[in-house]
Amino acid sequence: MKKQTRTTFSRRGFIRTSALAGGGMLIGFNFLTACKDEVKPPVDIANLNFNDFNAYIKIADNGYVTIFSPNPEIGQGVKTSMPMIVAEELDVPWKHVHVEQAGLDTDKYRGQVAGGSQSIRQNWDVLRQTGATAKQMLVNAAAAKWQIDASEVSAKDGIITSKSGETLGYGDVVKEAAALEIPENVSLKEPKGFKIIGNDALNIDLHKIVTGKPLFGLDYKKDGMLIASVMRPPAFGQTLKDFDDTESRKITGVTDVFQFGDKIAVLAKNTWSAMKGKKALKANWEDNALESTEKHDELLLGLLNSSEGEVRREDGDVDKAFAEADQVIDRIYESPFLPHNCMEPMNFYADVTSEKVQLAGPIQTPEGTANRVANLLDRAPEEIEVELTRMGGGFGRRLYGDFALEAAEISSKAGKPVKLVYSREDDMNAGIFRPAIKYRISAALKDGKVTGYKLKEAAINSNMYGLIPNFFPAGAIPNLKIESANYKSNITTGAWRAPYTNFLAFAEQSFFDEVAEALNQDAVQLRLDLLNNVDEGADDRIQYSASRMKEVIKLAAEKGDWNNTSDGIYKGFSAYYSHNTHVAEVAEISIQNGMPKVERVTAAVDCGIVINPTGANNQVVGGVLDGIGHAMYGDFTFEAGKPSASNFDTYRLIRMNETPKVAVHFIDSEIAPTGLGEPGLPPAGGAVANAIKAATGKRLLKQPFTKYLAETESEVKG
Amino acid sequence: MPVYNLMVNGKSLSVEAESDTPLLWVLRDELNLVGTKFGCGIGQCGACTVHIDGTATRSCLLQISSLEEAKITTIEGLSEDGTHPVQVAWKEHDVPQCGYCQAGQIMTAASFLNSNAAPSQSEIRNAMSGNLCRCASYNRIEKAVADAAEKIA
Ligand code: FES
Ligand code: FES
Repeated sequence: MKKQTRTTFSRRGFIRTSALAGGGMLIGFNFLTACKDEVKPPVDIANLNFNDFNAYIKIADNGYVTIFSPNPEIGQGVKTSMPMIVAEELDVPWKHVHVEQAGLDTDKYRGQVAGGSQSIRQNWDVLRQTGATAKQMLVNAAAAKWQIDASEVSAKDGIITSKSGETLGYGDVVKEAAALEIPENVSLKEPKGFKIIGNDALNIDLHKIVTGKPLFGLDYKKDGMLIASVMRPPAFGQTLKDFDDTESRKITGVTDVFQFGDKIAVLAKNTWSAMKGKKALKANWEDNALESTEKHDELLLGLLNSSEGEVRREDGDVDKAFAEADQVIDRIYESPFLPHNCMEPMNFYADVTSEKVQLAGPIQTPEGTANRVANLLDRAPEEIEVELTRMGGGFGRRLYGDFALEAAEISSKAGKPVKLVYSREDDMNAGIFRPAIKYRISAALKDGKVTGYKLKEAAINSNMYGLIPNFFPAGAIPNLKIESANYKSNITTGAWRAPYTNFLAFAEQSFFDEVAEALNQDAVQLRLDLLNNVDEGADDRIQYSASRMKEVIKLAAEKGDWNNTSDGIYKGFSAYYSHNTHVAEVAEISIQNGMPKVERVTAAVDCGIVINPTGANNQVVGGVLDGIGHAMYGDFTFEAGKPSASNFDTYRLIRMNETPKVAVHFIDSEIAPTGLGEPGLPPAGGAVANAIKAATGKRLLKQPFTKYLAETESEVKG
Repeated sequence: MPVYNLMVNGKSLSVEAESDTPLLWVLRDELNLVGTKFGCGIGQCGACTVHIDGTATRSCLLQISSLEEAKITTIEGLSEDGTHPVQVAWKEHDVPQCGYCQAGQIMTAASFLNSNAAPSQSEIRNAMSGNLCRCASYNRIEKAVADAAEKIA
């Protein structure tokens, strides 16, 4: 989520190669040395073997290639797209490539994190270099065999060819290649010559998924493993007073019950017994500070209307612009908390023994979590092993290793291997939610132009981070002020898909729609005009590119047929830059039985080079539908510290009969790629809200829309 | 603990379990058939869908003691190596994102197409709306079901 500077490579320790005992060659990367000055001595290269070197590429002597994908897979598709980049530069047919998930290994990989849509963006150069370097070594080996100069040798699709027409397969020269010097300054392909990148590659785990093979954390099993179920305080602000486990211990299969912190762990031989054992516990809780949404609303509105807060960016003279305005628009937008609700509930395996700590499961931040576990158990980081499983969704929830720490603590206390399993209720109520946020946005309008802009955020705990104030409209409006204020709550909050902007984009894009209306301007034209004000490159704090933003706006308007109307269909527009990707969306709705129904969404996306079109499309469509679903239905409030919903009977997620068709158009680009797991989501809510306004005349100022529409029903005219 | 004789994916098996154990946990914990997923435990998400005598059923709400006469089919037994037309369509459309909900989606679709071989789009949308997909791969599921219907026809 943080903007990073470009990686510079240290040649030393950059790549390791080795001939494999059973034939073939292994090429590894040390990402750590790619970003740190200090180079650790490499593992003993002479004795290197596949098992202790979890590297990027293994080439067998039959030419088959195994690529290890280092980044956690949460459904965003990197287990497919990252190896595609390596295979492209290595120049092997994709069908000869086999992909495996690598475990946590800080010696070999840098940034094994799934978050902020950064996996592809930050590894693009390194992945290309790895593939290209391996290819060059194979070429050099063949040249040596033929006793000609490497410049007379070329390679493609796994075949090496000499000028005179002799050929060798990659597999024929791997042994020799592995012993060669590592070449420097290898050349990379021109994007025009890409054969794998830009073509559809099916999800690498597709067959396993559709046939039900074990893949996920919840599927993970080890002999002798117990299942742990944990009872936590039912409300935030409560602590454990005492408990009675008599009934719980009577349940067949329950092996142990104990307290840790303010929680109670029930261990059992199987999941059902553990869950039953937990239900049978009788616990008494001590009430401390119990908070409610009603109180939060009051506090956050109070912050918005006070002078309290931190100025995050200030341009020009905002007070003057507002004092001289012909018209001022001033609005408040409000959102609830949101739980992540990954389809696979939180779970983690831990086996804490005196020699080592083995962890396995779904986690977006394996390295940070391993360090926290080391800290918690007072162990050396080297004693912690983390195996990554496929994840049944992440959405930010699995950035927080709280569940892995719980599993480690329970295993340590029990002296047994344990898999901690959350029920859906545990998952929805244990904590870490998208914070409830409110925005106050105002604009000064003068002579048909936006002359001033003020935005203030009030969030539970924290939301806005350093770069957000430099997103649109910074740079486009001369007098601008961005502020934020927080209320510290005991309800835990954190990143939720497209963190920081998932609600901000809705608020701003709804607001600009209203500005356009006030200025009697077309909503698309207003955005283009504002972007025309941006002097690109003049302010290097600015995060978005005005020209790339204009292109996606034009493409979405064209493909979404913005300028034409059809009977009973109302359109709304929205455009937003987040996670380094520019996206614009047109939503089309109809009114059915007095309620809005989203019929179609057209999205235009600039993420630079599209690595895997089918995967990319899947991400954007999913992001748009997710954005619509939560804007329409996502409702999560607190009363006396207790969440309002705990399972899918009381918490509404979008279902198939409520989904529009989503069409995605990518800008044709040769610019280095950026991520797609998140950027499709933020604009969706605003596009739908603006379409609802077009249909009903009603401005939506609060999410979820369904609740807000019901509350204000008398005012709605369909 | 009581012992139950079950017919799972064409094989008769006997399993020791408490009588109130849901089929879901018997499959996952005792029979090592982990393709059937846990999502909510209260019949709201469809991740745990299996076929009981050919009909899509939520295994999280089905007590093992009621199943001795039943023919149980799980995702692992839907076809030999993923060749059921619904699985084939799922692959052709590259449906999954995280993939967690998909076994349940496929089992629901397979049973639905058994009872309605030529469904309309709105019939598909309604039939599939009991299965949640948090990644919202709904557009592709919808297309894959329509395609599978054609494959079966
Ligand atoms: S787990 Fe059975 S319906 Fe959700
Ligand atoms: S693919 Fe992730 S829940 Fe459906």
